[in-house]
Amino acid sequence: MSERVAVRKTYKLFIGGKFPRSESGRSYLVQSANVSLASRKDARDAVVAARAAVKGWAGATAYNRGQILYRVAEMLEGRREQFVALGVPGDEVDAATDRWVWYAGWSDKLPQVYGGANPVAGPYFNLSAPEPTGVVAVVAPEAPALLGLVSVIAPAIVTGNTVVVAASPAAPLAAVTLAEVLATSDLPGGVVNILTGRLPETVPTLAAHMDVNAIDLTGVADPELAADLEVRAAENLKRVLRPVPDDHDWSSDPGVGRMTALLETKTVWHPKGI
Amino acid sequence: MTATATSARSDLSELGRSETALRTFLHGLPGVDQVGAEQRAAQLGTRSIKTTAKAQAIDLAIRMVDLTTLEGADTPGKVRALAAKALRPDPADPSCPHVGAVCVYPAMVPYVAEVLRGSKVHLASVATSFPSGQAPLEIKLADTRAAVEAGADEIDMVINRGAFLAGRYAEVYDEIVATKQACGDAHLKVILETGELATYDNVRRASWLAMLAGGDFIKTSTGKVPVAATLPVTLVMLEAVRDFRAATGRQVGVKPAGGIKTTKDAIKYLVMVNETVGPDWLDPDWFRFGASSLLNDLLMQRTKLTTGVYAGPDYFTLD
Repeated sequence: MSERVAVRKTYKLFIGGKFPRSESGRSYLVQSANVSLASRKDARDAVVAARAAVKGWAGATAYNRGQILYRVAEMLEGRREQFVALGVPGDEVDAATDRWVWYAGWSDKLPQVYGGANPVAGPYFNLSAPEPTGVVAVVAPEAPALLGLVSVIAPAIVTGNTVVVAASPAAPLAAVTLAEVLATSDLPGGVVNILTGRLPETVPTLAAHMDVNAIDLTGVADPELAADLEVRAAENLKRVLRPVPDDHDWSSDPGVGRMTALLETKTVWHPKGI
Repeated sequence: MTATATSARSDLSELGRSETALRTFLHGLPGVDQVGAEQRAAQLGTRSIKTTAKAQAIDLAIRMVDLTTLEGADTPGKVRALAAKALRPDPADPSCPHVGAVCVYPAMVPYVAEVLRGSKVHLASVATSFPSGQAPLEIKLADTRAAVEAGADEIDMVINRGAFLAGRYAEVYDEIVATKQACGDAHLKVILETGELATYDNVRRASWLAMLAGGDFIKTSTGKVPVAATLPVTLVMLEAVRDFRAATGRQVGVKPAGGIKTTKDAIKYLVMVNETVGPDWLDPDWFRFGASSLLNDLLMQRTKLTTGVYAGPDYFTLD
């Protein structure tokens, strides 16, 4: 008997619920693994997948979205050892799992807290309801690899948005492994799409894309790139979340800011007493 | 093929006089190599068309679009809006060409004619009891005449598939001849409905039958059955128009319709036209796309090339 050869893993992109290689065929060596190097066309494909998923995801009931997000937390818990093997501290995996659960709980509560009846001087019901913005491009922070990633993805999708995430170029393995968690969690394909590779290649395409409704620049460390991305995003008036400072404490209470920043408010006037 | 074609050159026009002659000729056409046709079509679909070539292909494809709406829910307002879009597909860019034609039901022709008057955009109308073609001949001809009188200069007729599949070729032939007469000066496009013809051999026979009977265009599908235009079917039809011109000297156009939704698809068809019948057919007078959602994708790709930024459907009309 010859000695068994271990099966080595290729870390691929996550687009529309599938794990394709980069359209360009390229990969790069990082964290001792081969990881796909996404091109602007992969970014385009990811936006198409995210757009296609908006209708079903935004149209699902808040209860259903909450259940699916809770399921993600269950899967994450089950893969704890795998993340630890990638170098993510156990405490961080636990914190990330808890954060999924925390955000999952908000799915049917946010509309109650941030919507409701408005007092008006007239014979009308006046109701405001928060609605998802649509497709959100997200630049994930470099560290902490898992908690940071979860802290930017969960608040965007819990309200019904779909996301295209540019993973940290230096630490993409946690992101691809999280994609495997998402792929086994009943999350519809296309709700979360993950691109690995160099930020200057994919993110400007996302920032300028006319079919992207918001961009979260959290992980952009280079101020010049951030400014350029904001300028590109202005063309179709995307909502922009600015980068966070380097010393940001990701383990602190996240608050609801990341969820409410990616919402639109629909207000309806309804005659009463007729 | 070549032998049959050259010997038959002088008496092709006589074929329609007898059912037997027509059957002998159509069944004497060589069979289509199904695997070969599908492989050839797939291979031509892998060509990479980029940058300036892509920009040219997109503009050509826009000029070839028969902007179509064939819904029971069509209203005068909807077809007027569609006609206005045909004239200026991208209002933000004056350099964007107009489409080839607008294609509607006969009852909608007058409303489109108002909008298109004085322009170079053609007005096509489906006729002959589209899409089934299952009506008495007099009704089909009256349908055709009404559309022409209302202002249509192109008529998209459907062949009688029931008769064709039953082998009554003369009946199909006579119907096409009669419809051509009813058209007067209007161009006649003959819809074969290839999705219902079952084999490529039948597609080749139906193509020849339609051309022999005087059709100016052969068109794949109505868009009303599950299988619409495919690359291999269009390849078989392109070969038929090429051989027909070689045999008779008359050039016939081709129109794939139904299911062509993206710029990438459209460019695959253009590559196939160029490789199969040559640049003579790379013109809106000889090749058309029957489509509705294709135009918006062409416009989005065109905008991407001119601005460098991926476009979104929010910035183009909902048809």
